[in-house]
Amino acid sequence: MHLQKLRNFAGNYVFIAPALLFFFTFSLYPFIKVFQLSVTDWDGISPMMGIVWLANFKDLFMDNPVFWLSMKNAFVVTLLALTVQNSMALFLALLCDRDIRGGNVYRVIFYLPPVLSGIVVGLIWNWIYDGNYGLLNHFLSFIGLGDLTRAWLSDSRTALVGVSMIHMWKGFGWGFIILLAGLQSIPRELYEAARVDGANSWVVFKNITVPLMIPVFILVSILTILGTMQIYDIIIATTGGGPGYHTEVPMTRILTTMLNTSQFGYASAMGVVFGVILLVVSLVQIRASKMMRQV
Amino acid sequence: MEQAVFSNELEVSYEKIKRVSSSVATHLFLILVSLGCLFPLWWAFASSLKTQETVFSDLSLFPKAPHWENYLNAWTNADFGLYFLNSLFYTSVVVVGVILVASMAAFAFSRLHFWGRNVIFLILISTMMIPIQTASVIPLFVLLNKLHLINTRLGYILPQINGGLALGIFLLKTFFDDLPKELEDSARIDGCGRFRVWWHIALPLARPAIAVLAIFNILAVWNEYLLAMLVLSSKELMPLQRGLMVFQGAHITQYPLLMAGIVITVLPVVLLYLLLQKHIIKGITAGAVKG
Repeated sequence: MHLQKLRNFAGNYVFIAPALLFFFTFSLYPFIKVFQLSVTDWDGISPMMGIVWLANFKDLFMDNPVFWLSMKNAFVVTLLALTVQNSMALFLALLCDRDIRGGNVYRVIFYLPPVLSGIVVGLIWNWIYDGNYGLLNHFLSFIGLGDLTRAWLSDSRTALVGVSMIHMWKGFGWGFIILLAGLQSIPRELYEAARVDGANSWVVFKNITVPLMIPVFILVSILTILGTMQIYDIIIATTGGGPGYHTEVPMTRILTTMLNTSQFGYASAMGVVFGVILLVVSLVQIRASKMMRQV
Repeated sequence: MEQAVFSNELEVSYEKIKRVSSSVATHLFLILVSLGCLFPLWWAFASSLKTQETVFSDLSLFPKAPHWENYLNAWTNADFGLYFLNSLFYTSVVVVGVILVASMAAFAFSRLHFWGRNVIFLILISTMMIPIQTASVIPLFVLLNKLHLINTRLGYILPQINGGLALGIFLLKTFFDDLPKELEDSARIDGCGRFRVWWHIALPLARPAIAVLAIFNILAVWNEYLLAMLVLSSKELMPLQRGLMVFQGAHITQYPLLMAGIVITVLPVVLLYLLLQKHIIKGITAGAVKG
């Protein structure tokens, strides 16, 4: 009887065993290993790795302006995505929230760019921005703004904004979908009641829509931050980080350090710092949404 | 009196004009944004039908003499056929893997009793909340190297199965929790073991949740690039996204063929999306709004 029970008990673990095996091998082990590697000077090949303790981190904080420039670049893209992209998404969601004809058609179209890959989107826009053959330059010449034509992504003044535009083009539909779902979960009676009381559109928006949408705003903002800070595919398919370091982002720096200069230890330290920054953002999100729920 | 009625009518028609014109303006704006979404894709498609000589000068959106043979060329000479089959293979294997492994675990977390159940569940799910994938890219590469999985299909598949597990387990456990237990109980009385209950009862019942899970994993795997770049270096193993980057990195980029490759890459995703858009949009928003 005991044996039977034991077998029964152990049998239940068989169900989670595959998942645990995957988790330990491909999630937990790399997660722990990255900390270990970050205090070494390992080059990725030699069997020996020298422990340098916090030297990688010291160098990263004191002597690596390019890494912090890449951080700043990602921050600029994130700021643009948070303001321009999300305002656009909200504006469109507000327009589509009023039961307009063809609302679903717009929804399907706006969510099309988000289902495409960063590589595909980057390669298409690469060509639109091209200095010699690009559509954008053709268009500018056509409407008489020929002076503005340039190789948009190789010009240090426009490269970062150009890349941000691609990222926002790909991303606004995602924000739109979530914000629209949030808007549609607001009970219509609230609006009607406010209308009866004589409130105009702006007052209704300010006093009903915005307060009820705050949790959704927070969610969209945090996911925008996390998604945009880790931008990689679009960069690699367009500028590759150039011109100079003007569109370098943390992911391109980490991978370059690892693959091109074989500084596996140093790249791990970059990964740890970057991971901690992202983690702080996520924790702030969890705290913020908890606080909002209590209010 | 007459005048009052007149002004009233005037007001009504003014209101109506205001409403109609605002609705027209709304639609004009929405159509403009829609064109902004669709135009680059159509441009890529139109360009895929031109020749390397005409593609930079001919800006037409409906090429007069479409060169459909570009697709044959892209498929065979530019290897996009190979990449396509690879992508298809990776996507199918990862999706099936995620569904099997995640549903087994989710079934256990929802229905079976064992020591540490909740703690293990929370630990597994926490990988979904914490953005550690980015930081772990380096040790993952090192690990795959140690396991001799670099430049193998398995090395590209296993980490992606793992990548889908957290969401999968979470989604399916939530689904199993809401299912009535009676069905399984009667099966158990009939002498079915745990495995048969999972396979014959739980899995078929979970079809709606499995469909959502499948869609999200299909999109994720089909669009994946970073891991493909790290793990795969032989052309024979590359999926489409990696193939596109290799093709555009060649000395002279054949733009019509590159655009044909892009269309080949995008078409299955767009078709799947158009077919299942209701489920996809519901899936994204359900998680977010409840969130």
